[in-house]
Amino acid sequence: MSQLKCSDVSLGYEGRTIIKHLNFEVNAGDYLCIVGENGTGKSTLIKTLLGLRQPLEGNIEFGEELKPTEIGYLPQQTMVQRDFPASVWEVVLSGNLNKSGFRPFYSKEEKERAEANMCKLGIEDFKKRCYRDLSGGQQQRVLLARALCATGKMLLLDEPVAGLDPKITVEMYELIQKLNEEGITIIMVSHDMAAACNYADHILHIAHKPLFFGTKEEYLKTETGKAFTELVKMEALGDDEDDR
Amino acid sequence: MIDKLALYFEYPFVKYALLVGVLIALCSSLLGVTLVLKRFSFIGDGLSHVAFGAMAVAAVLNITNQMLIVLPITVVAAVLLLRGSQNAKIKGDASLAMISVGALAIGYLLLNVFSTSTNIAGDVCTTLFGSTSILTLNITDVWLCIGMSVVVLGMFTFFYHKIFAVTFDENFAKATGIKADRYNLMIAIITATVIVLAMKLVGSLLISALIIFPAISAMRVFKSFRLVMIASAVIAVVCALAGMLISILAATPVGATIVAVNIVVFAIFSVISAIVLKL
Repeated sequence: MSQLKCSDVSLGYEGRTIIKHLNFEVNAGDYLCIVGENGTGKSTLIKTLLGLRQPLEGNIEFGEELKPTEIGYLPQQTMVQRDFPASVWEVVLSGNLNKSGFRPFYSKEEKERAEANMCKLGIEDFKKRCYRDLSGGQQQRVLLARALCATGKMLLLDEPVAGLDPKITVEMYELIQKLNEEGITIIMVSHDMAAACNYADHILHIAHKPLFFGTKEEYLKTETGKAFTELVKMEALGDDEDDR
Repeated sequence: MIDKLALYFEYPFVKYALLVGVLIALCSSLLGVTLVLKRFSFIGDGLSHVAFGAMAVAAVLNITNQMLIVLPITVVAAVLLLRGSQNAKIKGDASLAMISVGALAIGYLLLNVFSTSTNIAGDVCTTLFGSTSILTLNITDVWLCIGMSVVVLGMFTFFYHKIFAVTFDENFAKATGIKADRYNLMIAIITATVIVLAMKLVGSLLISALIIFPAISAMRVFKSFRLVMIASAVIAVVCALAGMLISILAATPVGATIVAVNIVVFAIFSVISAIVLKL
């Protein structure tokens, strides 16, 4: 049984269907990238996977002892967070809450876990710093550390590099890849197709209906995939010209 | 001056007023941190207007224990407002403004048309700005305030980390299995209760000052959620005490004086934060 399986899922809200007949599955250790234009239901799909919304039809199954509350979620930043007075430590620790139940404080184990995840992502020096004083890339690392506290199995990343400069973007992708190599399943939503093809091993392309689900190699052979790789090549050429 | 204060402290109603004032300021300041951060600052204002409308209804119906009508109506309004701001057709701020001025207008209208009192302007002014009602507290009011403060403090102690998570990132909190809606509901109900009780202290127009000022003053200087919470509570208590003592000595209106002290503290904290930034 796979870690996550969507069978014939339809999504939407307020009676409007956005996407129909979605079928895909994710196995432990996969790196799935969900791509598609804005407004095609990527965010709705995320919310459904996280259990914040119910699918209109079909069902989503979790396997291999993965509970829905054990997905580490890296959301897009909201306005509220940008000037939120919280220390990095408080933010990272809050990732542990799915384990604490009614206990009103964090256990020693949970604190150690938070420490370990901060070291892993290289933000241990920021522990006492205020979240709102950090740069965009540092804030993303903090949120990623929080997500890692919530999971040891699967990360769900919503546009993890939105708003980051190119150098930090590459660092972020490499960090995610490193986590994937350590055995954590990655589901990443992005419209950065170039990165999807670089890093992911599976692609789900949605545009109101599922256009494609399969491995990256197969995707690059399809029409949409080809059209897309052409686009990437052209962009690459454009970049070269800019450099000259 | 000390003699004058000592004289006043002989009266039980002055002690009651001080105790209730401090407790209400404490509760509103704790709630204030969450409400300000969730961009619900105006909810205090809106709800207090609803409470004013409800009070007018109670007055017109000649109900002696107004709390029985005012509290449930305000709680329902709070729940609807918090619910509404999440998935409303009318944008959150617009619906809040609508309810707020609507309740104010209807309340005043009812009082004017049906009231038997000879001094309508005085009554309205008292409800809006608090004036002397703080000195007419009875022992039931005092116990009610103590009870509510215990509930609020208990909530913020036991659910502190969850409240932080829900305030910082509601979606993440929900995804990790926290029943965020329940916490929102709990905060809405407690906000409504605090506001109804606070009307006695500062009147319905000035309540949002008690909710907002300590929180934003604390946020100027402190950089972690825990410190902001603690600082906000301390600021609120100090301001409430100072405001009430000044108002006794200088014979100024209680509510307005407390708010004025809060404004001064906010100014001081802004200056401190500007200096700290430059260093």
